[in-house]
Amino acid sequence: MQISGAQMVIEALIAEGVDTVFGYPGGAIMNVYDEIYKQKSFQHILTRHEQAAVHAAEGYAKASGKVGVAMITSGPGFTNAVTGLADAYMDSIPLVVISGQVPMSLIGTDAFQEIDAVGISRSCTKHNYLVTDAHDLPRILKEAFYIASSGRPGPVHVDIPKDVTAQIAEFNYAIELNLETYKPHTKGNPRQIKKAMEAIAKAKRPLFYVETFMARGTLSYDDELLISMLGMHGSYAANMAMSETDLVIGLGARFDDRVTGKLSEFAKNAGVIHVDIDPASISKLVKADYPIVGDVKNVVKEMLESIALVNPSRYESWRETIKNFDELHPLTYHEDSQRLKPQWVIQRVGELLGDSANISTDVGQHQMWAAQFYPFTRPRQWVSSGGLGTMGFGFPAAMGVKVASPDKISINFTGDGSILMNVQELMTAVEKKIPVINIILNNNYLGMVRQWQTLFYNKRHSETDLSHQPDFVKLAEAFGGIGYRVETKEQFDAALRDAVERNIVTFIDVVVERLENVMPMVPAGGSLFNMMLLERGEKK
Amino acid sequence: MQDENARRVISVIVVNEASVLSRITDLFSGRGYNITSLTVAPIPESKYSRLTIVTSGSVRVSEQITKQLHKLIPVLKVYEHADLVEKEMALVKFPASENIADISALCSSYNGKIVNVGDNVVIAMVADEPKRIENFLKLINRYNPKEIVKSGSVALER
Repeated sequence: MQISGAQMVIEALIAEGVDTVFGYPGGAIMNVYDEIYKQKSFQHILTRHEQAAVHAAEGYAKASGKVGVAMITSGPGFTNAVTGLADAYMDSIPLVVISGQVPMSLIGTDAFQEIDAVGISRSCTKHNYLVTDAHDLPRILKEAFYIASSGRPGPVHVDIPKDVTAQIAEFNYAIELNLETYKPHTKGNPRQIKKAMEAIAKAKRPLFYVETFMARGTLSYDDELLISMLGMHGSYAANMAMSETDLVIGLGARFDDRVTGKLSEFAKNAGVIHVDIDPASISKLVKADYPIVGDVKNVVKEMLESIALVNPSRYESWRETIKNFDELHPLTYHEDSQRLKPQWVIQRVGELLGDSANISTDVGQHQMWAAQFYPFTRPRQWVSSGGLGTMGFGFPAAMGVKVASPDKISINFTGDGSILMNVQELMTAVEKKIPVINIILNNNYLGMVRQWQTLFYNKRHSETDLSHQPDFVKLAEAFGGIGYRVETKEQFDAALRDAVERNIVTFIDVVVERLENVMPMVPAGGSLFNMMLLERGEKK
Repeated sequence: MQDENARRVISVIVVNEASVLSRITDLFSGRGYNITSLTVAPIPESKYSRLTIVTSGSVRVSEQITKQLHKLIPVLKVYEHADLVEKEMALVKFPASENIADISALCSSYNGKIVNVGDNVVIAMVADEPKRIENFLKLINRYNPKEIVKSGSVALER
């Protein structure tokens, strides 16, 4: 059929099964928004900032496993979205982000709201396109969804000039894709897999490197084989186990600097099995003795075929060792009679909501406490900005999570710093009735930076004191949401219960201990086994 | 490590489409890899282009470069070979007052010749292995070259 480029965008989104688009209109994308107005196949959620549209699409993608879609206009609309693209790129989140561009005839003339969008997005997307002819649009959109969701997932950006969305051309979406230069390798090499299994059978102290910060919930918190999170704010037991293991089995994790600490000391006496769908992730930082390129799901299935080689009783003393590590320095904190402890708040939400909530976070101390103390029970329960560390991610992401997973409560743990970085989304949440519960762990500081200043900059708390802040209750109310100010455990329980019942976007502003530090902590560049630990005192 | 900054030649076959060269060069600058030289031209009667990139770094770095190049969607193949036939071209402009016969003789022993003679200048061309080109450029210093342009390497695996 002969239709316009703008109609093609709509038809392609429908063909891809898209049910939600997050976006913000503007001049160069108006042809497409005109077609959005005319259709009823998917909902469009108008965020109040383009960055939030992309983060919401990320939250949607992470909670649903589908490709998230965001739509924005040219120039500032696009540049506002760049942080979202970069965030999705770092955390391998499948997105298709469609931007308007000035008409072809104006490209290169410094036209109104013109920016070289593909030039900017090149380094923070898996792939990008500038569409110069509507005839290419069906193929490009189909490729975009395929590339975003296959192999190592990631964001794909499609930039469409205004005259191309107006151009009439043939639309046929049933085309076969022929990407001869892009063929993700999903099946592991059987010989390598066999060798890896033999290494596991021989190992005395093997350790699966699976439950990373990004992958909280892969194993349920109460699984007896789960140690805990690893890395800079990982548990003592996990970091010590990694330091003493003789075989690391990395499944889809990328050995990033927040996990390894000092590379030369990382798992020093261990062999390394590294399974990853991205060959470039293997031996990038830690040299793999058994590199296996493939989809973890396929590779593990094949590993299980030679599971008979492995005798689990062989590892009993190793498990005992790890248990002792955990008993020596468990993940915990000191209670305080004066002020609420942020860790208590996380644990309490876990006790009250547990599996019934999906958890998003912003970035900072609250994020680490959430990763440490929430009792995760399932994959896709946890949504956080790990690679880029984007403050302002949490609230819009939690909206996307709620849209994708309406039956679960959507919690955003945030800080008094982060929440102000996309606070305008209160309006979106009120308008679209997306009842995200934002729990602000309010310590009147940019807490994580303050922690580093305390520990490494001789307590010079440069520009991290947030004593001046809005009345968060009134702020939520100003948009039509609900706010609570909480200073005691009883107040917190009451506020959370009320928030869950009211089913409307809320801020729970929790006054917490100002100078609490996230512990354990491996200082940046330090060895995993040299952790700063919780000072001894009365434990909970 | 002795190979820390070893010279490496990488050949890349890419789909000849808009902005493919920027994808390659952005990857090098974004990840902090060096480019000593880069040549690119379409492969005749195909939709591909071939790039020859001369870079330097350890084995680990060059492995990463190869893998990262592979990750780019329009990249078809990446070769990193030690066993290559490698050639580079240079054009040199001399004052016409220099000893043209000597220059011409020197050029011919480096696969080259005088290619243009004007009123004030002559232009010589040589095409040889990069090391020999370097050598040639040292030798011609005595003839007061006014301008030198090098093509960068092109290479084919044996």
